This record gives sequence, C-alpha cells and structure tokens, in this order.
Amino acid sequence: MKQVIHRKLSKAFLYLGLILSLAFTTSLSAQEGDPAKGKSLFNANCAACHKLNKKATGPALANVETRLEEAGKDREWIYAWIKNSSAVIKSGDAYAVKLYNEYNKAAMTAFPQLSNEDIDNILAYTAAKPKAVAAAPAQSEAVAAQGSGSGVSNEIILGALAVLFALLALGLFLVNKTLRRFASAQGIEIEEEVKRKSLWKAFVQNQFLMIVVAIFFLLSSAYFVYGFLMSVGIDQGYEPVQPIHYSHRIHAGENAIDCKYCHSSARVSKHSGIPSLNVCMNCHKSIYEVAPETQQEGLTEYGVDYNAEIKKLYAAVGWDDAEQKYTGKTSPVKWIRIHNLPDFVYFNHSQHVTVAGVECQKCHGPVEEMEIMYQHAPLTMGWCINCHRETNVAVKDNGYYDKIHEELSKKYGVDKLTAAQMGGLECGKCHY
Amino acid sequence: MSSNKKYWKSVEELNENSSIVETLKQNEFVEEIPTDEFLGNKETLEATSTTRRDFLKYVGFTTAAASLAACEGPVKKSIPYVVQPTEIIPGVANYYATTIANGFDFASVLVKTREGRPIKIENNNLATTNGSANARVNASVLGLYDNLRVKAPSKGGEELSWYDFNLETTKALTKIASSGKAIVLLTQTYASPSTSKLIAEFSEKYGNVQHVQYDAVSESTALDAFQAKYGERGLANYDFSKAMTIVSIGADFLGDWQGGGFDAAYAKNRVPDHGKMSRHIQFESNMSLTGANADKRVPLTPSEQKLALAKLYSLIVGGSVSGTLPAPIEAAVKQAAKELKKAGSKAVVVTGIQDVNAQTVVLEINEALNSKAFDPKTPIKTRQGSDKAVTALVADLKAGKVGALITSGVNPVYTLPNAADFLEGLKKVELSIAFSMKADETSSNAQYIAAVPHYLEAWGDVELKKGHYALTQPTIRPLFDTKQFQDVLLNWLGNQTSYLDYIKQTWGASILGESSFNKALHDGVFVGTLANSVEESTDTEQVETPSGNAARALASSAKSNGSELVLYTKVGMGDGQQANNPWLQEFPDPITRTSWDNYLTASKADAEALGLINENVANGGLNSNYAKITANGVSLTLPVIIQPGQAKGTFGLALGYGKTLGLKEEMQTGVNAYPLYKNFNSVQAVTVEAVSGTHEFACIQLQNTLMGRGDIIKETTLEVFNTKDKDYWNPIPKVSLNHEETPVTSPEVDLWDEFDRSIGHHFNLSIDLNACTGCGACVIACHAENNVPVVGKSEIRRSRDMHWLRIDRYYSSEETFAEDDAKKDGFSGLTGDNGSLGGFGQMEDPADNPQVAFQPVMCQHCNHAPCETVCPVAATSHGRQGQNHMAYNRCVGTRYCANNCPYKVRRFNWFLYAGNDEFDYHMNDDLGRMVLNPDVVVRSRGVMEKCSMCIQKTQKTILDAKRDGREIKDGEFQTACSAACSSGAMTFGDINDEESKVAKLTKDDRMYHLLEHVGTKPNVMYQTKVRNT
Repeated sequence: MKQVIHRKLSKAFLYLGLILSLAFTTSLSAQEGDPAKGKSLFNANCAACHKLNKKATGPALANVETRLEEAGKDREWIYAWIKNSSAVIKSGDAYAVKLYNEYNKAAMTAFPQLSNEDIDNILAYTAAKPKAVAAAPAQSEAVAAQGSGSGVSNEIILGALAVLFALLALGLFLVNKTLRRFASAQGIEIEEEVKRKSLWKAFVQNQFLMIVVAIFFLLSSAYFVYGFLMSVGIDQGYEPVQPIHYSHRIHAGENAIDCKYCHSSARVSKHSGIPSLNVCMNCHKSIYEVAPETQQEGLTEYGVDYNAEIKKLYAAVGWDDAEQKYTGKTSPVKWIRIHNLPDFVYFNHSQHVTVAGVECQKCHGPVEEMEIMYQHAPLTMGWCINCHRETNVAVKDNGYYDKIHEELSKKYGVDKLTAAQMGGLECGKCHY
Repeated sequence: MSSNKKYWKSVEELNENSSIVETLKQNEFVEEIPTDEFLGNKETLEATSTTRRDFLKYVGFTTAAASLAACEGPVKKSIPYVVQPTEIIPGVANYYATTIANGFDFASVLVKTREGRPIKIENNNLATTNGSANARVNASVLGLYDNLRVKAPSKGGEELSWYDFNLETTKALTKIASSGKAIVLLTQTYASPSTSKLIAEFSEKYGNVQHVQYDAVSESTALDAFQAKYGERGLANYDFSKAMTIVSIGADFLGDWQGGGFDAAYAKNRVPDHGKMSRHIQFESNMSLTGANADKRVPLTPSEQKLALAKLYSLIVGGSVSGTLPAPIEAAVKQAAKELKKAGSKAVVVTGIQDVNAQTVVLEINEALNSKAFDPKTPIKTRQGSDKAVTALVADLKAGKVGALITSGVNPVYTLPNAADFLEGLKKVELSIAFSMKADETSSNAQYIAAVPHYLEAWGDVELKKGHYALTQPTIRPLFDTKQFQDVLLNWLGNQTSYLDYIKQTWGASILGESSFNKALHDGVFVGTLANSVEESTDTEQVETPSGNAARALASSAKSNGSELVLYTKVGMGDGQQANNPWLQEFPDPITRTSWDNYLTASKADAEALGLINENVANGGLNSNYAKITANGVSLTLPVIIQPGQAKGTFGLALGYGKTLGLKEEMQTGVNAYPLYKNFNSVQAVTVEAVSGTHEFACIQLQNTLMGRGDIIKETTLEVFNTKDKDYWNPIPKVSLNHEETPVTSPEVDLWDEFDRSIGHHFNLSIDLNACTGCGACVIACHAENNVPVVGKSEIRRSRDMHWLRIDRYYSSEETFAEDDAKKDGFSGLTGDNGSLGGFGQMEDPADNPQVAFQPVMCQHCNHAPCETVCPVAATSHGRQGQNHMAYNRCVGTRYCANNCPYKVRRFNWFLYAGNDEFDYHMNDDLGRMVLNPDVVVRSRGVMEKCSMCIQKTQKTILDAKRDGREIKDGEFQTACSAACSSGAMTFGDINDEESKVAKLTKDDRMYHLLEHVGTKPNVMYQTKVRNT
C-alpha cells in the first residue's frame, strides 16, 4: 500500500518536475529518472554505506543533487564521482577532496557498471523520498478503523444470541410451571424421589474399592514424585530474560542469516561461542533501526522496542551513531547462559557441527522461530545416548573414517554405522 | 559377690573426723557447678520470647527453604568479548614459542594458552639447544598466577605509580652519577644480547656504572677455568650423544650441573642399539640423579674426588701425582682411565668440583682425548656470575662506596652466605632499587621495589650458547602493574622505544643477518650463521693457571679434615626462586622420594656412629631425629635422611629451602643452607652431632628395595643381552595348565574372553627403563595437564598423595639387583642361615652403595582390569581404544577399585581440594585457578581418580583428524608425560597402526609388562633395563 502511495506521490513530483523542466531549461529534461528503479538500484548498490536521511559511512543522500547544486556541482560531476571517485579526488577538485577528508579518507567504491540512466534513476529516488513519509500514519489509522469495525459486528451477533438463549430458558421455565399447575389441578401426584444411600458413602464402606483406590493413589503420586525428582536440574524450556532483547526469529528466521555466521567457533571449537559485539556491528553499523512494520510488530506482539534494543547494542559496543565512530567506552553484555552442561561432561560443537554435519536445530530446536531463545532439548544423558544410538556417522568423503568404516561394517555386517557402534557410548568419550 | 575391700579416695580419709570427707560424702561436687555461666545470662534468657516451638518452626522453615532453593539452578552469565581478537577462538588452544631465562633455568619452550591464559609448558621441538623443559620449567607457569607477586611498584611499602617511580629514580640516579659514586647493577645472568647492549648504554650515560652478574648457585670456577684457557667467559659445551664412555667426577649433569639440559643427549646412547650403549662411570659423594643412572658408581669424599681427578689426569695426559687413594677407588680410577683411553675421541670427562684447577684439568683431559662430545667452540652462556666480583661488591657496599644498588632477578639477602654484610651495605646506599616479582628478603629491604612481570608476560632474548639464540615473548598481557627491567633501563636512558623494538634493532643489526625476525619469533629459537656474539665487558681478571701444574695443585689441595658437607640443588627446587610453587614443593625428590623438605643426607655408617635415626612409624610416616651441623661458626639444625650410596664421611644438603619472605606459610619449608655456602664452594668442612627431637617427613615411598622381585624391574647386563636368548633374560611368566607350563599371555589360561580391539585405535605406552633418568618432568606435566590437586605435607604423610604418575625408585640390597634375585631364590626354610624369615629382613635394607633403578608407574590401563570388575556402580569401565575410563560423576567412592588394583595407581580424593581453605594452594585461589586445564574436570571430594592416559589429548587428536578428513600419522598421539619426556623414554601411540613406533616396541625383545603373571594385560609396557657393567 505504502509503495503505491509513494509511487503516486513521486509521480506527482515527476509531473511537477517535468513542468518545471519544460519551463526552464532543456538540458534538464535528460535528468528525470524512475524512482522505483532508482530504489532497487539504491538498495543494491548504495545502501551499504549511504542512508537517505542520515549520515552513515558516507553522507546522507536525500536531495543530494540539490545540495550539490548549491555547491556548484552539476550532474556530470555526479556521474564522474560515482563511476570513479578517486579519479575526481586525484584531479584536485576542492569539493571532492573536502568530502574525502571529511569521511576518514576512505574513497567511495567506484561503480563503473552504473550507466548514466541508472544514476538518474537513483537520483530521482533520493530526490523523491522524504515527503512520502507523512502518508504512513494516516494509512495505518485506516487499517485500525477497519479492524475495529469487524469487532463490533461480532459483538452484536453474540449479544443477539445471548438474548435468544435467555428467552428460550424463560420459555422452558414457564412451560414447566404451567404443566405442574395442570398436574395439581388434575390431581396427579408427582412422586418425590426416595432418599437412597449416597454414592460416596457406599464407596467409603466398600473396603475393596478403598484399597484399590488407595493403591492407585499411592502409585500415581509416586509416579509424579519420581517425575518431579527426575526433572530436578533439567531446564528444558528455560527462557531467561536477556539484557538485550535479541530476536533469533528476525535474524535467523526472516533474514535467514546462517547460524555459523555469528556462532562461528562452532565449526572448530568445543564452544559454539556467543558472538562478540564486533560481529553484531558488521551489520548493525548500517542497520541502525528496523523497518517501521517490524518495529510495529515488535511493539504490538512482543512488547519490545527493537530500535531501543539496537541502541543498547550501540551503548555496549561504544558506537556513537550520530558521529559514526567508536567512543571507546564499552560495557560488555552479560548474557544469561541458557544451555548449561555440568562440568564433568565434555561436549564438542565442532565434532557435531563440522564432522557429523548435524543441523543446529536438531538440539537447539526451531531457533529461527524463537523470538527469545529457550532451551529446546532436555540435555540429559539419556537424550544424548539416544541420538548416538540412532544417528549414522557421516563417513562419506572423510579420509579419517575410510579404514575404520570398512573394517567395522564388515564386523557388524551393516553398511551404515551408528555413533554407538563407533564407540560413542563409552563413558570416557564424554566424561573426563 | 561382696567384697571387703575398701577403696581409698584420698589421703584425707586416713584422718578421722575430717570435715572434708564428710562434706564429700554428701556432695558429689565440691564446688557449685557453674550452670549459670554455662547458660549465659539468665535474665536475658528468661526475657526472650522465642519459645521452643517457635525455635523448631524457624529450624523447619529454614531447612525447607534451603532445600527448595537447592532445586533451582544458579544463573550463569556468559560474557563475550566486545571485540574478539582474531587469534583467539574460545575453546581452541594457541601455542607460543618462548624462552625461560630466570637466571637458573634456561630453556626454549612452547606455551599452551587457552582463551589467552597460559596453562601449560611444553617442549619446543624446533630448539636444538635446551629445548626440553625440566620439572621446574614445567611448573613455572604456576608462578605466573602467584597471588603473592608484587602487583605494583612501591617505595618503602607504599605503592606508587610508574610515572613517579621513573621521575624519582631518574633524579636520584642523576644525582648519584654527578656525585661520582658508583651505580651498581647486580643482576642474574641474563645472557641477553639486548640487555647487555642496554646496560652498556646505561653505563655510558651514567658514568660510574658497574654491572655485577651473580648466580646464586655459582659456576664461577668453571667459568674462570674456561676463560683462562679459551679467553671467553662461558662454559664448555658437552654433547653426551657423541660419547660412548662418560666419566663424571662429582658432576650431576643430569641435574643442574653447569645449567643442566644434558639429559636428552645422554639418554640417546643409553638405549642399546646394535649391541652398543654408552658406559657411564660416576665418582661422587651424594647420591645424585646422575649417580643413580650410572653403570658404575664410586662413592668417595670431595677431597678424594680431587685426588681421583688429578690421578685420572696423570694417567691420561701424563705427569705424576702424589697422594694415595683407598685401594678400591684407586682401582676404579685406573679402570676409568683405561676405558677412556680405549674409547678415545668417543670418551668424555666432566667434573662438578668447585675448583679452578679441577675445571682446568677436565678441559685438558678432554682436549687430550680429542673428545667429540667436548665442544669449547660454542660455549654455554647461561652462567656468567663471578664470585670475585660479588665478594668485592659486598666489601664495597659495606665500606659505603656504592651510591646506588639496583638488583634484578637476584635475592642476595637470601642466597649470599654473608647476607648480613650485604644487608648492612644495602642500608648504606643512597638509592636501592630491587626489580623483583616478590617482596622477598632482598626487595623488602630495598627502598624501591620495581614490580617485574613473569617471563610469560615479558619480552626478551637469550644467547643460550654462542650463536644459539632464543626469544622470549609475552603470552598474556601483564596481570599486574609491572614493567620489566629493560623497559625501566630504557626509561632511564630517556629512550622512548619499547624493549621489543630495541630487541628488533639489536637482532636486525647484529644477529639475524638476512633472516626474518618474525620467523625467529615463531620458532622461538635462531641459530646464527654469523659468529658475532656481543662481547661481554667483564671486569674479572683472567685467572692464570699454568696448565701442567693444575693437576699437581689440585692434588695438593685435596686435604680433608673431618666430615665434608656437599651442598647440592634438588631437581624440584633448584636455587629456590620458585619456592612458592606448590607443585614443586609437593614434587617428590627422585632419589629420596621426600617432598616438602630439605634434610641432611648421611651414610648409614655415619648415621649409626652419630646416633642419627630414621624410622617408619605406625601411621605410615617416616620420622627422624635432628642433626646439628656447624661449619665456619654457622650452625643449622636439620632433619636427617639416611641415604644409601652416600660416601662415608660426607653429608649432603640441598640449597633453595628455608625462604621466609614472599611465600605462603605452607611453602616455608626446610632450612636455608645458603649461610653454609662460604666462598661459593659447595663443599664445606663441618662437624655433625645428633640432637634430640622428632621430625616428620612427607615421604612418598617407604619401601626402598625390590626384595629380589626381579620381575618388577627386569634387568640384565649388556653382555647377557648381546649373547643370550630373550627367554633367558626376559622370560614370559608361566602358569601350570593341566600340569603343563603355559605362558600367561596365552589365551588358554585367561579368565576372560578377549575383546576385539583390532579396529580403530588401540593406545599403548612404552616406557624404556634404559632411557628414563628419573628427572620427573613427566610428573609435573601430568599435574598441569590433568588438574591434579596439591594436597599438602600432612596429607602426603598419610599416603594420600595425588600424583597420577609416580616414579618409583628402588635400591638393591646387595651390590646389584641380580644378587638380590639370587639371594631370594637361594632361601630355604624359614629359619637358619639361609632362612627366609631373617633373609627378607636383611633384604629390606639397601646396600651401602646400591644399584638404583627408576620406574615411572601410572595406571597401566589393563585390558583385563581388576578394578573394573569390583566397581559396584560401573564407574570405571574399559574403552575400545585401550583406555580404562573413570566416570567421576558415577563414582560413589567405595574404593574397592583401589584395593583391587595390583599397581596401586588409583588415588582417592579425600577433600574438596578446590574449595577448602585447609588446602590453601593454587586451586583455592581465583588467580591460581587460571592455570586449570578447561578440558579436564576438577574432581570433587569422594571420588576415585587416576591416570586417564590423557584421553582429552587423544580425543582431540582424533577430532582434529576427523575435521581435516585425514588419517592420523604416528607421533600425533601424545600424553602429557610422553610429550614432556625429553629423553625419549616414553613412547605413546596406536598399536593398530603397524608402522607406528610403539607397535614395533610391543614386539621388542626387551618388552615386558608389570606383574605380567597376574594376567591383567596392561596397555603400558616397560623395556627391560640393560646395564653396561
């Protein structure tokens, strides 16, 4: 919806621009571009370093052309700059050198692949964007109004039904009363129920039943007590509140970031590793806020302000978003550890992730759907052992297993070997 | 039954009509029982509103609350880096090559770090010089996490900043320099080209600067002799791998003689190869590690040693020497000379006599022999101390001639024999600065303590031998506010470069040539092609000793008057600078097997004559009375150990104990022997007398002899080994099956069905008793790798030692072990001359000069393990890879397994050593815990523990191979002990790999299993000891 409105608005601008251009110079007529195309080009090529309304690695680009015109730079200069900025800097252009120095002497990547037309489209997008924002709130209000309308109709139906049932009940009561009156009028006696021994008294007096029930009661309570005791120390479903509301759903689910991008040490180490904050900043240096829809979703469904959570990250890593630089004041995040194995168990992630090729989800559950991480598996020894019994060892294309696999499969007469057959049930493999 | 007896209660009853008797009859207690006092103030007791019921309610509530709270797990935090260093991956170890150079130990090592913490020292296999870490170097990593280190610079006990320190000291130094008084740098031997250069620059700037190098345990005489002969201050280098006949006169070259580090080369020729092995004759007074390994050991007094050396000289080089030796020693010297001459250039002679003449004589003998093992061209640089300079300095100090005294890496107030004079002088200087890791005896008497980093936090370079360089690099950021000596020197010079850059400059200019510094840093070592060692500016005058006269001078100086004391250094303690290291304190001495002590060693004859007693008491400990020794007016009272092999008329005493400052109370063990170390001579004339009192030792092994059980340590002689069949000298024990003698290894006599271990890996460990010198590096390596707790002296005395790996030491009861076996086999009947009752009693006593054998024993990982069958909860079970697993979390501590183990290698964890204030060693200290290996669990109280054959290491090797998708090469599998063993005695590997070294060793003729007749089928094997007698 929003996009449609954007397009409409920007078209309006285009027309305006067209009229203006017709009115003033002819040379400008070549500069109109398609903001829609411009947007996709912008996102593909520029967004890593540039925001529209905010300084990032490079300057904010909203109305960049107007700004450049003020500095006396025409579109030809922009073409040259985008296609090869360092050449412009080398040519000694004062404005270019100033820009270069302002942004930490990091020259902009050259984009020779962009045609002039592409650049026109991008510029059109950067020129059009800012005024579109105003339309969003009004539109969401409309949506809200629609939602509440359907709610009212449901209530009316329910109310009507309630009234109907009340009337029915009243009718039945009246009929009953009338019938009784008829009966007394005609002299028919209504038999009163004979008082019998109540069921529970009979039950109490039946010793056999009592014993059976007592045994059943004792057994079942023993069962539950056992179950409770066995659950001591098992934290399945443990979902602590973390210092930063980090949504695996958004990162691993919606954005489909590979688990091992952040938990990289799982490939080579016993620890999966909580990513250090510099890994977060790889992306969040440029992603300083979430999309408005996501923000809205967070507020309504999870009661969390995602943008505020990103600010928490910035505070922890010491990133000054306005100045786009690190302050050096850091405060490491104290995450609460969810998966805790006792000290006497040795578990190695790389053995499972790299060698066996086990999916992370096998033990950690549907992480990509978890808004907040929780412990999916019981992490008991029985649970480990079960998997070792059932899982075949990934021997293919692994030079280590060649000889052992051949010999062992001959010994057991099977083609595929489970971890247990490889010796994965021996005490000392995990306890030392 | 009635009785007329009257029981008298007191004398008072004799007295009729005594009022006291009457009173007592009525009243049981004469005085009123102080119940009020017992119950406290009665009023307040009555005033309290807490009734008994309320009290019970509170108790019930708190118990319930506590038990409910226990069901909740603690919240654990996980705090990642803000910016993770690229080289650190949590859970993956990094290794750095570095070099220890603490003035006593010099070695190139690899440091294993986890998450940035150094946790273990390993051998640097790239190093050709001193690449093997001894027990002390292995333990040195714990010194980094010593809580008693000086944590910041201080002035008179008050901390101050480095800025102020620099400001104040520079000012003071400038003032002293302008006043013309001497500035003295009293340092350890750094053997560092960069430091030497730096000190030269410092001298240039401040003018009257004197640099005195001081080794606490001096090698000055050897240095003087070498300098006189070759014009360079150093020690002759010996490569024992090139010697087939070794004669040592008082040189403990497997210990700390001339800096140590000779054992790996020595062990190479000790293993018979093609029927040949080296022959080693040792003349010595104390029973040293070297003497214990010798083929022939001759005990003699230090003065006899001098004469013996002089005679050896005359027999080999020529000339005549007057003086007489006892006949057996005379014969032994002649025999040695004959063998040396026969071996020619493959022979070598070494001596440890602290006498310039003796050292000169040895150099000449080796020259005359044209010994290949003797190498004067690449002298050892790791000892530079000069006795004369130190003596002169003490005199200058006392005379008030010194303006500033800067000490670094030394502790003269503790190590100097005339410490009182030094201390007096120290008080007279205008400025005294001690660069120290500890507030020790010296630094606490200095005006400033400059806190220095541990070597694992510092930069440095060392020239171990001429042209053989090594680099020290930090493996962790300094834990405390410390600065190294060289950085402060640079500051005083006004030089802004860091010491690292300074080293780079020095190396780039004069050492590296075309090679890369980073490569040298990576390797940790660099062998220079350019002969360009930085010239030392030594002020010592050369000692002129006319060469031919040295032997005669030596012979004439060989006069003894009464008893002689021989001071030595222990394998575990060295010069004593690591005294606050609990691993080393608990490390049992390889010879006496005693920990936490030093003591006077005495020969049996002397002990009997003087009334010195050793006794094993009922609680399983070793006790002794005391001896008072007096030398040059200094008296010490010491416990005594009766040492077999100690030469009659001599006593031994270890240096390095008895420190009082800068270490925990538990570590303040033993008696300081340095006050007896007069004139830096390790031999002193003493008088000894017995003193009453009882000293309790923490001795790990009370059984001294093998009792003729020749199958525990199998031995043979080279002659028999070369000529006879294997079945003669290494027979497999046999048992009777259907009246037929069947070898125990045969499956028919086996109680158990064999499990198929032919697939996958099957680990075996081979221990060569010929190559093992008993140095104990493996014991400490095992300690560090496996988080073995330190239990302390009183627990050790209760036989609750925790070492997973022990090195048993046995003495022969007769002259040789073979004679022991013969004697035992000759017993007939219980009583009589040849009876076993009296005979076994005699066999418990070691001989006066016994043969010695070492045997490292750890869990033997029996394939048919007796421990496994008796565990009621199946906590110990066998793996397919040959390891006997121990699941600590399953163990309930019945200790049946330990009782059923024939090797006695299981250790019961009696206390929560990591959480009990009674055991205030490294595990009870947040800093000390940083040394723990995160891959091995810290065992709790109440479980049995034992050697796991380093399963964490084998599993890691397997995982690395799986990840790379490759097969495992021989040599990749290592245990902590086999990796630490520089002599090559321990070989670990997979016997299912036919090509592996260990698989070949299983088929070696010398191979046997410990207690093979029990049929446990161990996965640890031993190689029969062959003696070249």
